[in-house]
Amino acid sequence: MYIGEYPKAGKFGEYGGQFVPEVLMHALKELEDAYLRFGKDEQFKEELDFYLRTFAGRPTPLYFCARLSDLLGTKLYLKREDLVHGGAHKLNNTIGQALLAKRMGKRRIIAETGAGQHGLATAIVGALFGLKAEIYMGEEDIERQRLNVFRMKLMGAEVHSVGSGSRTLKDAINEAIRDWVTNVENTHYLLGSVVGPHPYPMIVRDFQRVIGIETRSQIREAEGGLPDALVACVGGGSNSIGLFYDFLDDEDVALYGVEAGGEGISSSRHSATLYAGSKGVLHGAYSYLLQDEDGQILPTHSIAPGLDYSGVGPEHAFLKDMGRVTYDIVTDKEALQAFELLCKYEGILPALESAHALAYVARLVEVEEIGSDDVVVVCLSGRGDKDVEIIERALHEQNT
Amino acid sequence: MSRIRDTFLELERSGECAFIAYIMAGDPDPSLTPPIVQAIAQYADIIELGIPFSDPIADGKTIQAASERALKAGMTPDKIFELIAAIRKETDIPIVVMSYYNPILHFGIERFMKRLSEGGGDGIIIPDLPIEEADDVVRYAKENGIDTIFLIAPTTPEERIEQICAYSSGFVYLVSLLGVTGARETISGVVRTLIKSVVEKRPDIPPAVGFGVSKPKHVREIVKSGAKGVIVGSAIVELIAEHKDKPEVMISALEEFCAALKAATRDR
Repeated sequence: MYIGEYPKAGKFGEYGGQFVPEVLMHALKELEDAYLRFGKDEQFKEELDFYLRTFAGRPTPLYFCARLSDLLGTKLYLKREDLVHGGAHKLNNTIGQALLAKRMGKRRIIAETGAGQHGLATAIVGALFGLKAEIYMGEEDIERQRLNVFRMKLMGAEVHSVGSGSRTLKDAINEAIRDWVTNVENTHYLLGSVVGPHPYPMIVRDFQRVIGIETRSQIREAEGGLPDALVACVGGGSNSIGLFYDFLDDEDVALYGVEAGGEGISSSRHSATLYAGSKGVLHGAYSYLLQDEDGQILPTHSIAPGLDYSGVGPEHAFLKDMGRVTYDIVTDKEALQAFELLCKYEGILPALESAHALAYVARLVEVEEIGSDDVVVVCLSGRGDKDVEIIERALHEQNT
Repeated sequence: MSRIRDTFLELERSGECAFIAYIMAGDPDPSLTPPIVQAIAQYADIIELGIPFSDPIADGKTIQAASERALKAGMTPDKIFELIAAIRKETDIPIVVMSYYNPILHFGIERFMKRLSEGGGDGIIIPDLPIEEADDVVRYAKENGIDTIFLIAPTTPEERIEQICAYSSGFVYLVSLLGVTGARETISGVVRTLIKSVVEKRPDIPPAVGFGVSKPKHVREIVKSGAKGVIVGSAIVELIAEHKDKPEVMISALEEFCAALKAATRDR
């Protein structure tokens, strides 16, 4: 575990901050204090490393896709976060935060979830550490990610269906915040992405940095140097910041964050917050978001529930303005094609979220941003078992 | 001079506590907001007018539903200023606007305060804006003669209470419980401690108590605890929702309920 840069006054440039009800200000301070204290504590680090190694299955492999590289015309590596226990990178963060919660004396953890991967990862640590876990999930997501709902329940978590607003991730976060406001004294809000008020974007980033740190040494071993490009999908932005963070100072490494283009920007059915959004405050942070002309938050769409969110982490907003990371979009259709490609050429079933990142590699080759000698690492943030129903339906629609 | 401050001074002289009534602007329809305000203003001392927001994280189910109804009915910040101006023609009652931060930020803080002031509004409450982020809001509000009302919660540490009071004008809003807005059966005991702390530190800023207050009985309890104002929201919004299709019935139900709440503020 490594503590990254501390955002002064909770801000990354102008982004971030703490826009929350007064009730929560004390809890955020308490969390920040606990993190700064235990983050440097040797015993905490050892315990975290122990669980990451023996329970989560870290380090995850960096896999060279021989057949797909041939087909695409580049050297493609996958950082296999889909092999983390639970099937996604989310567990890196939930183990860390659960250990913090325990040290803060909180016996109850709550979480929001979109795709269900963070909900599942929270349910897992609830069982692992004997904490009561309650998960908020939008009605629409409960319907399209049933497998994960069932898994969470098997691990003893309570799943609350959220029927307000757009009935997806945004509304699940609203409900989780309302719960936290009410039960702040005994409850830790285990936020699953680099969003929300300070210190969450910092804490979640630091717990996900392990992705980039491992990638760095693995690619050095495999290729004898740094990669030419890193590609990751961006919903809230936790797997991408985890992969990018330790390469930010390496100017020769191009960084690409891929947002969900849904049915296209002109359709307004998308989740392209950084690509097509504007600045504002949502869920406690100042960042880019999708809003209408009155500052009301817009509903979003993506075939990938984990990307279906109208906000994005404040550090990404900062990296966008700095020009250090290029943020672009991939449509539902392109993501589906990439999904099928990885299944057929490499025998790997990626999450629809991660399929967005993969699809973008094909685009980069097409526009000659990367060539046949270039080394590209894609963060395969999760596995796609959870998505088979959506995919079956989508492929059926495509073929009829 | 501040209308809000004058109101509190006047009530102090007559030994009453201020009854602050919250409604959501544009719920169930913008055309009904002026008559609803008029009905309530016969009994209330201050009107709190909510601006609907798509993601009201500090509100319980009742006000969330009101927010959705108002948005569906086409409520926008521009229309709120028109409504306030229309209300202002009929009554002198102080009007405090409660809005989440993003609609204000998007409208432009300076422009928002200017329009609020021109329409005849008196104060602003932003439930998701802590003092750390509030410098621009306080500056532009002050420039336009708008009072800034900040919230103090049961979890707010002692030294922070003083800082929040320093950012506040008109009154301070004491959150009576850990939780979101919504009618409750009982009022928590922490209120008394919060009131005492504010009164000791800043005798010049009246503390008003809200969240969960829904019955004349609660109002009497809060008055006895030494508060200078009591805020009732969800219970009023529930009445509006219940009778949303029968405006006449709604108005008389509101009159009856608000009369009882106001009467309770006189029981010292």
